[in-house]
Amino acid sequence: MGALQSLSDEPEYRELAEKTGFSFEQIGILHKRFKQLSHNEDMLRRADLDTIPDLACNPIRTQIIEAFFDKRNFHQNGDGTVEEISFEEFLVVMSHFRPPALNMTEDQREKVRREKLRFLFNMHDTDNDGTITLEEYRHVVEELLSRSGALGKETAKGIADAAMLEVASISIGHMEPDEFYEGITFEHFLKILKDIEIETKMNIRFLNMDTTTLCK
Amino acid sequence: GDFFLMLIRFLRFVFVGIGLPIEASAPAYQSHGTEGSHLTNITNTKKAFPVLAVNYEHVRKPFEIALWILLALLMKLGFHLIPRLSAVVPESCLLIVVGLLVGGLIKVIGEEPPVLDSQLFFLCLLPPIILDAGYFLPIRPFTENVGTILVFAVIGTLWNAFFMGGLLYALCQIESVGLSGVDLLACLLFGSIVSAVDPVAVLAVFEEIHINELVHILVFGESLLNDAVTVVLYNLFEEFSKVGTVTVLDVFLGVVCFFVVSLGGVLVGAIYGFLAAFTSRFTSHTRVIEPLFVFLYSYMAYLSSEMFHLSGIMALIACGVVMRPYVEANISHKSYTTIKYFLKMWSSVSETLIFIFLGVSTVAGPHAWNWTFVITTVILCLVSRVLGVIGLTFIINKFRIVKLTKKDQFIVAYGGLRGAIAFSLGYLLSNSHQMRNLFLTAIITVIFFTVFVQGMTIRPLVELLAVKKKKESKPSINEEIHTEFLDHLLTGVEGVCGHYGHYHWKEKLNRFNKTYVKRWLIAGENFKEPELIAFYRKMELKQAIMMVESGQLPSVLPSTISMQNIQPRAIPRVSKKREEEIRRILRANLQNNKQKMRSRSYSRHTLFDADEEDDVSEVRLRKTKMEMERRVSVMERRVSVMERRVSVMEREGRWRGRVSVMEREGKCDGEGG
Repeated sequence: MGALQSLSDEPEYRELAEKTGFSFEQIGILHKRFKQLSHNEDMLRRADLDTIPDLACNPIRTQIIEAFFDKRNFHQNGDGTVEEISFEEFLVVMSHFRPPALNMTEDQREKVRREKLRFLFNMHDTDNDGTITLEEYRHVVEELLSRSGALGKETAKGIADAAMLEVASISIGHMEPDEFYEGITFEHFLKILKDIEIETKMNIRFLNMDTTTLCK
Repeated sequence: GDFFLMLIRFLRFVFVGIGLPIEASAPAYQSHGTEGSHLTNITNTKKAFPVLAVNYEHVRKPFEIALWILLALLMKLGFHLIPRLSAVVPESCLLIVVGLLVGGLIKVIGEEPPVLDSQLFFLCLLPPIILDAGYFLPIRPFTENVGTILVFAVIGTLWNAFFMGGLLYALCQIESVGLSGVDLLACLLFGSIVSAVDPVAVLAVFEEIHINELVHILVFGESLLNDAVTVVLYNLFEEFSKVGTVTVLDVFLGVVCFFVVSLGGVLVGAIYGFLAAFTSRFTSHTRVIEPLFVFLYSYMAYLSSEMFHLSGIMALIACGVVMRPYVEANISHKSYTTIKYFLKMWSSVSETLIFIFLGVSTVAGPHAWNWTFVITTVILCLVSRVLGVIGLTFIINKFRIVKLTKKDQFIVAYGGLRGAIAFSLGYLLSNSHQMRNLFLTAIITVIFFTVFVQGMTIRPLVELLAVKKKKESKPSINEEIHTEFLDHLLTGVEGVCGHYGHYHWKEKLNRFNKTYVKRWLIAGENFKEPELIAFYRKMELKQAIMMVESGQLPSVLPSTISMQNIQPRAIPRVSKKREEEIRRILRANLQNNKQKMRSRSYSRHTLFDADEEDDVSEVRLRKTKMEMERRVSVMERRVSVMERRVSVMEREGRWRGRVSVMEREGKCDGEGG
């Protein structure tokens, strides 16, 4: 990863800009942040992200941090997790949260939607077998409700079960009593969340980030 | 009203002629005037004892009001019985036409048709509509677009008012028009009255076209929030036109006034909202009057802010929005339904009456017609609206993630309807304005144009342009889970970026809400419940009520996928015989409960809303039974591990035969338990 050492060079930025779609300005800001988080090193580790105080009270922080180190999100057809990431990989993960451009064709929007939903799917499918099983879904709901104490666990199970039922009935419709629904595949996931218009919701404004107000 | 007096006189004449002992007399319990009249009564010849007496004066006022409302509702009923009519013409147009007819009828008889009294309008007819809108305001789209809405409401309305006022003044300067007496301030006053988009008209028309959420909330939000601007501009120009001159200080005070009016209104509304939420915390023993608290606190908020010349509409909206989450956590399901239906009912009646009265008032006059002025007003209205929307959208789109497309802009511009508020404000103008009649006529023409032409053509235009429509949304628990998941995800990623954005502050507000506010305003332990669980319970309750009402046992979901398909081998089967027994007992219980429900006495002080909860608990019992069965099984863990391996092998496709054998073995093991 030595080639990406001095990112103040124009050609490096240009390559990244082409790959991820960020503007030079945005790449510059994100690079400053990356350096701040990794204490001016080249590689970012999990421990660096753990120290962010804003993430402390977030119920799904482990999943968020894991998403940054998940090779499936690096668009290189990789698998598994890594221990540390470079700035390029950081940027690629961040590019999932870019808002779609104004004049996109329906096909392009569909592509963006798939990409973002794939990111979500990867967050849920922790064992990387291509389906979200009932156990994994239960875990997701439990984490979401992890702040409400003991009462949360039982209800979480109920909610996850109801949600799974809903997916099965929408995607498959009718099943014999002894058939088994293994888990939510990516296609089913797309189907149940198609109304949520994710390309307009899963975005962060990268324009007006003021690095001077960044946290310690 | 006088019509009926004539009718009574006519009847009396007829009956006295025939000689029946019928009398129209003073009310039975009124004091008998002076001694003199009493004496003269005795000296009169003794009449027959009045068996039947007609006394219209006694009930006149309530009778007339009730009759008007009944007429309005019968008209509404009539429209919906004619199939083709309601699909082509929006209800508001039909009601205005009815008003015109009724007004014409009254005039023909020779009576004075009643004009829409401004006080009646602002104090009685407008609040229910606004409260209905505010209480059921969809919060998420509103807060996501609040910046855009405010820009349209404030800057858009200001632009409209000044553009129209200025150009009309320029028009009046032209000699041929014959209006050279009109000064700039009067024109600006007129401009400010006509420039505001009207919430009643927008609601009436947009409700029928089912447009997508974004455009709907933009136009609707704008119509609500521009009230503050209208109030300030109206009062400002009214004051100025009396004085005649404007200084810089006055303009500055006007700006300050705007902030006071809008923020003050919101503050008043919020205070009453919190009071209502706090009160609802203690109503668990007096469920019957719960809805009244909601209505009364909101109405008080409206009246209090009108008292201080603050924006009553914004107060109502703020009150409804603030109070809703807490009140809904405290009140019973029945009270919630009551509130919902009463609000819809009242706002429907109000809306109907407003449109009919608009028609009647048009016939009543007084009118002063000036072709140039009126036509120019209508054209300028459209032009300024279109220019305003295009210009503002150009600026706004630089700051929005979801940009407004040309189609959206068109609907926002075309949906800027004017309505009864403009008319009432015009009517409020004191008679000292020499242009009052002209202004009123112009206002009515603009209203007619927007409601009839724009209102009728907007539906086919929406179809023609293929604008996105509202999606049919069934509450989906997956969507709810992922909405909440997304919230946390985006907050987290913002944290990683170091960006104190939208989600960061939203999260802070939520946390503040949960730790401090909810604790005070929500009864019992409910305040700790996170939104997802509340949503899930509501869905469960709804499903259970549906099942109970349809009289079926909660056996299999309509899609024929049940828990078995997701966790097939984990549920140990209860023996067939035992299951039948349990079913029989549950069925008998259900019948018992249904009979009990119907024969319970209705007491003034308590509503047995324990009814529903009983049946729901039956359903819950069955669910818990299934839960327990699952938990009791020792094989659960082992079976699920086996399953994993099995499903992997299944995919390889080679072991289908082996799998079914293993399934049967697993089932047999579970059966014993």
